[in-house]
Amino acid sequence: MTRLSTTRNIAVAMSGGVDSSAVAAMLHAEGHNVIGLTMQLWNQRRLSGKEGMPESVAGRCCSLDDVYDARAVARQIGIPYYVVNHEDRFERDVVKPFVAEYLAGRTPIPCSLCNDHIKFDQFLTTARQVGSDWIATGHYARNEFDETSGRWLLKRPTDRAKDQTYFLFGLTQEQLSRTMFPLGHLTKPEVRERARQAGLALAEKPDSQEICFVPGNDYKRFIEAYLDEQSQKLPDTAGELVTAEGEVIAEHGGIHNFTVGQRKGLGVATGEPMYVLQIHPESHRVVVGRDEELLSREMLVRKVNWIAIAGLAAGETIRAEVKIRHRHEPAPATIESTSPREVRVIFDQPQRAITPGQAAVFYRDEVVAGGGWIG
Amino acid sequence: MRRIYFDNNATTPLLPEVFVAMRPWLESNVGNASSIHHHGQEARAAVEAARESVAKLFGCRPAEVVFTSGGTEGDNLALFGILKAGDHLITTTVEHHAVLLAAERWREMGAQGGEVTFVPVDGCGRVDPEDIRRALRPNTRLISVMLANNETGVIQPIAEIGEIAAGAGVEFHTDAVQGAGKVPLDVRALGVSLLSISGHKVHAPQGVGALYVRKGTKLQPLFYGGRHERSRRAGTENTPGIVALGKAAEVAHAGLTRGEDARLAAMRDRLEQGILAQVEASGVNGGGVACTITNHVPRVPNTTNLYFDHIEGEPLIIALDLKGLACSTGAACSSGAIEPSHVLTAMRLGGERARGSVRLSLGKQNTDEEVDFALELIPQTVARLREISPTWRRAVAQ
Repeated sequence: MTRLSTTRNIAVAMSGGVDSSAVAAMLHAEGHNVIGLTMQLWNQRRLSGKEGMPESVAGRCCSLDDVYDARAVARQIGIPYYVVNHEDRFERDVVKPFVAEYLAGRTPIPCSLCNDHIKFDQFLTTARQVGSDWIATGHYARNEFDETSGRWLLKRPTDRAKDQTYFLFGLTQEQLSRTMFPLGHLTKPEVRERARQAGLALAEKPDSQEICFVPGNDYKRFIEAYLDEQSQKLPDTAGELVTAEGEVIAEHGGIHNFTVGQRKGLGVATGEPMYVLQIHPESHRVVVGRDEELLSREMLVRKVNWIAIAGLAAGETIRAEVKIRHRHEPAPATIESTSPREVRVIFDQPQRAITPGQAAVFYRDEVVAGGGWIG
Repeated sequence: MRRIYFDNNATTPLLPEVFVAMRPWLESNVGNASSIHHHGQEARAAVEAARESVAKLFGCRPAEVVFTSGGTEGDNLALFGILKAGDHLITTTVEHHAVLLAAERWREMGAQGGEVTFVPVDGCGRVDPEDIRRALRPNTRLISVMLANNETGVIQPIAEIGEIAAGAGVEFHTDAVQGAGKVPLDVRALGVSLLSISGHKVHAPQGVGALYVRKGTKLQPLFYGGRHERSRRAGTENTPGIVALGKAAEVAHAGLTRGEDARLAAMRDRLEQGILAQVEASGVNGGGVACTITNHVPRVPNTTNLYFDHIEGEPLIIALDLKGLACSTGAACSSGAIEPSHVLTAMRLGGERARGSVRLSLGKQNTDEEVDFALELIPQTVARLREISPTWRRAVAQ
């Protein structure tokens, strides 16, 4: 293992998973002063016992099992370790917007909100408070300073299958300049091998997949249980299921039950498969149609964060490959600035199920130019 | 790295003389105190000698002492051992979780449980005995008010509440876990019928405690099993732990007689005053001039709970620990993260204060030289955290 000439004070965000555990072990072995921190973000017991909510949840974020694993890893490699409580901030900046977005007929990505507000904002602050100038995470991404542009770049990782840059488009220059992504040049099997070499018992622990605070990925049940806990009524957004031509074909129980592109659970039996095309929060109408009607070429993207460039002048255009959901192959498009933090994206080829609330991330080869929220 | 321990309200180090007393019971002495043979008789004698020492600390008869596994069991035994279905319990909003959550459980038990009144405290953390009196109902069976608060050290007016309880013919329990060894525990003067203590808060090991149960008080056991502790607490006696608790009670009693509390208070006051003098926009929760002198709210001699405006307690605790000073804030939840303090919240000190405070609690093993180290480290660390606090920068700019 090579020793860096400069020893850094680094706080590693430890989730109790293989990736961040490997990061802690690697940086410690390289001779850095490493502190492990786990963020307590959500109390899994809060909604337990409510309808549809499990009694206790193992193996997900903030679960005691994961804290136990992270603590054991820190102990084994011999670094200080603490659990820090950011539940209030997480609820305010991630959970509440998540619920509000669904109620407004959009399909949110809490992981991006969490990265922007918690992992790369609150966590950097906490790190600095406890004396660490740097943070390191187990994300699969790369960052580097580009002398030519004078900007910090976010780049896709070596392991394309694990690429997490889609969730990291909101990082600021300040955040990128103080963050280390030690897994950016490794593949997942290599990371597991590093964990094995370090003798970590959790080297074979399976990856987590779901939204960490939503048991079983059942976001409808979660929203209902959360509103109930807050003594709020689920807003009545029941309405009509209509075709693009305006023909009413059924009634529905609330717009939060729908996502653009959804096929199951529409409650209509017609000859050919029907999909959700649009959700209208004001009229509570949900427009459904055939698969090919899901295709569209254009979208507005709001709250754009530029990384590789400082910004676009009004009316200025750039070419990029644009990714509109986590499992989407970026598609070539022209991006046109419409106002300071808003752009219009025109794809070369129509794309299926452009979904309001999801992120649109602009790639230029390896580099993340920027990204924003589909409006 | 040099490590200094200022978290004695969490747990205290075992005293050498306590270890010497318990050691034979770990090493070579075998014996179940309930056995008929020689070994059992030796254990019985040791347990009963310890009971006498604890009784002396309590100012009660040995038969009124029940050994438990610690403070939480003592509190639960006092509550669930006294209350009967439909009974009303009066307690306070600043109790330790061992009472607070037991009381909430009582309220949630439906027909098997009963009613609870949580009496609030003032800004100094003190309960008004008149509020207790006003909370009395015809079906009130038990009042439970802590002797000293674990976070602030504030001492409650137990003797006055004791008179109210006696007048109303209601049982009165005090959780004296944080008072033991720091202030005299005279159960007659306090007017309590039940009083719980924990061994590891008075330099005995973790896993042992005692509950005073006034003679004639009807107590239902929590556990079913043998007829140990006069059928009030089933389970083989923890002889080494009980012997240790007996010795620790003896030491605590002697210490109070010698004025050990005054020495601790002097050390705590120097620490507190030294920090306040060096750090602006800081103060004492449930203590300091306003509470102690103006409002006559006493504190135990070892505890100070300090706030530093514009910084959070959690990173301060971590930063201090990384430099070798152990102290605490709020209550740790099961993950080890810190939750906002329910005690400071109940004192209506605001969310900032409930998150921005730290508790320093001294023990008899601490030295003046350690206080000097803390007097250097804490102001330095607070200053560094304020440098990176946006709200502090704004406050300074104004």
